[in-house]
Amino acid sequence: MTHTPWVHDLLRMDDRFPHVWCAGCGIGIVMGSIIRVMKKLNLLPENTCLVSGIGCTSRMPGYLNTDTMHVLHGRALPAATGIKLANPDMNVLVVGGDGDMLAIGGNHLIHAAHRNLDMLVIIINNFNYGMTGGQMSPTTPEEMKASTAPYGNIEEPINAVNLALGAGASFVARTTVVNTGQMDNFIQKGMQKKGFAIIDVIANCPTLFGRWNKMVEPVDMMKWIQKNTIPLSKAEKMNEEEIENKFVTGIFRDVEKEEYLEKHKRICGDKGEGCAKK
Amino acid sequence: MKKLFSGNEACAEAALLAGVRFFAGYPITPSTEIAEYMASNMPKRGGKFIQMEDELASIISIIGASAAGVKSMTATSGPGFSLMQEGIGYAAMTETPTLIVNVMRGGPSTGLPTKGTQQDVMQTKWGSHGDRPSITLSAENVKEAFSLTVRSIDIAERLRLPVILLLDEFIAHMREVIDIPERVTVYSRQKPDEDPQEYVHYDDKRNYNAPYAWFGLGYKIHLTGLTHRKDGFPTNKEEEIRWKMKRLRKKIDDNLSFLEDIEIIHPERDNIIITFGSGSRPSKELVEGDEQSKFGLIRLRTIWPFPYNTLETLLKGKKLVVVVEMNEGQIEGEVKKITSDKTSILGIHRVDGELISPDEIREAL
Ligand code: SF4
Repeated sequence: MTHTPWVHDLLRMDDRFPHVWCAGCGIGIVMGSIIRVMKKLNLLPENTCLVSGIGCTSRMPGYLNTDTMHVLHGRALPAATGIKLANPDMNVLVVGGDGDMLAIGGNHLIHAAHRNLDMLVIIINNFNYGMTGGQMSPTTPEEMKASTAPYGNIEEPINAVNLALGAGASFVARTTVVNTGQMDNFIQKGMQKKGFAIIDVIANCPTLFGRWNKMVEPVDMMKWIQKNTIPLSKAEKMNEEEIENKFVTGIFRDVEKEEYLEKHKRICGDKGEGCAKK
Repeated sequence: MKKLFSGNEACAEAALLAGVRFFAGYPITPSTEIAEYMASNMPKRGGKFIQMEDELASIISIIGASAAGVKSMTATSGPGFSLMQEGIGYAAMTETPTLIVNVMRGGPSTGLPTKGTQQDVMQTKWGSHGDRPSITLSAENVKEAFSLTVRSIDIAERLRLPVILLLDEFIAHMREVIDIPERVTVYSRQKPDEDPQEYVHYDDKRNYNAPYAWFGLGYKIHLTGLTHRKDGFPTNKEEEIRWKMKRLRKKIDDNLSFLEDIEIIHPERDNIIITFGSGSRPSKELVEGDEQSKFGLIRLRTIWPFPYNTLETLLKGKKLVVVVEMNEGQIEGEVKKITSDKTSILGIHRVDGELISPDEIREAL
């Protein structure tokens, strides 16, 4: 008798595999974490919607066995907003890369965070545009290379955590694909959070960012991530210079705030009879 | 019930009566009153109004809400409509019913925020990249701002497509007393009968006027803007690409007579005026106000798909066809495609934000 692993229930197992990602890519590690947490929390696939924009990360909805929406480049968050408002019972989960979420979708991120509508957003941050062949992105570290930054990146990278904190998200955390235990923990917390939760996951793209920056093997970039990671508790005792260009990981904010739909009910007197029919 | 409504208010109330329970928009003149009406009245009907951060977000969030099973719309004007083009393409590709109201102002660019024109006719057809099934309706007064909003929602739901309703600044801000019915009837999508295992989101029996699933029902559907197969997953196979493109085209081709909607007055007269929207009042005055007039009139309520066949028949043998429109000849170009050399075509255009007057037409003739 063949044994079907339980993860298959949460994957589209017909003809969707093998997936499009390169061998050694960090995106699959994050998908693994999402699946483990969904299983652990017993989140019904019927009641979950995974939304993405465009990019390597954004191909994830093609594999998860829930309702899925692969939207336009940068536009995952507005779609997720519409879905959640139309059907507040749905668990809405958004994934996107650094280009998708912080460049073309940056404005949507600011506004989704300040609105505090209940959803979890996972940025898989691998410092470049993988899908189009390794161009620089808003998070490419200064002086590291990409196909459109062949001499090294001139721009200071955007810190997704600081952006989300400034915009007012309820839950803000950073982790890396190297530390899957922590990633599972944060994703679980983010999914359980009532309000806008966001996790910046530092990930490897061995094929493009790795090769441009002399980290040819998948494990090389993992090692680089590991070497440059500092836990928040430690970073708090360090000065700014010491944490420059480092990946500070941990939970930066976890607060209780009245969620958007709760406010809508309280202030606009909405009884919700116009929501999606079951 | 009789109500004194502006075109914008009539449009918003019609949408609520037709069951729209999600509106997302961004303030822009001259469409803003639609959003304001929704902001006050949507919560009373149990729906959600949200002001998004821009028009890119507005259109995408209504697609998300519609995919989750709620009738959804947005309203905008020129610059915002330009930003919405990518979303209109996505709604067409994913076959998600949505209503986009474009209250036309003068262009190009920021143009004339407080003045009306009809310069976005071609943009409603070709504004979004790629070959896309386009449906555009155009209202001539407040009464039609109401009735065509209802019809647009009905068409969107039946055909699983975005529908664009064109108003313009004149109609949007004109106030008229109109009859508001207690209820209106529109097609409402139904859940599929099949079990999720057997369900195929884009199968051939499900192109239009057929049940299909939305998010949250357990059918685990996948929407993507990538060219996809019947099950919704991306493809690069020629045969499957051809199938998808044909499927989209069929939505229009199979429903031409349902979509066609033109007003015809005295088609037997020697000459014909063709017009739509705000161009129709001055034109009608010439045609209806004068028993001796040598002009009949054709007014397009549905602009896209363009009624080529019907117009070809109606215009056969006419000496002169006059196209009255507040742009530089966008519909005139379509009319030229179907008239012979024996028919002269005269375009009467105005793009300075003022209405065309009956005298202006008389003089040109
Ligand atoms: S290009 Fe980079 S991010 Fe994209 S699949 Fe390959 S390794 Fe992953």
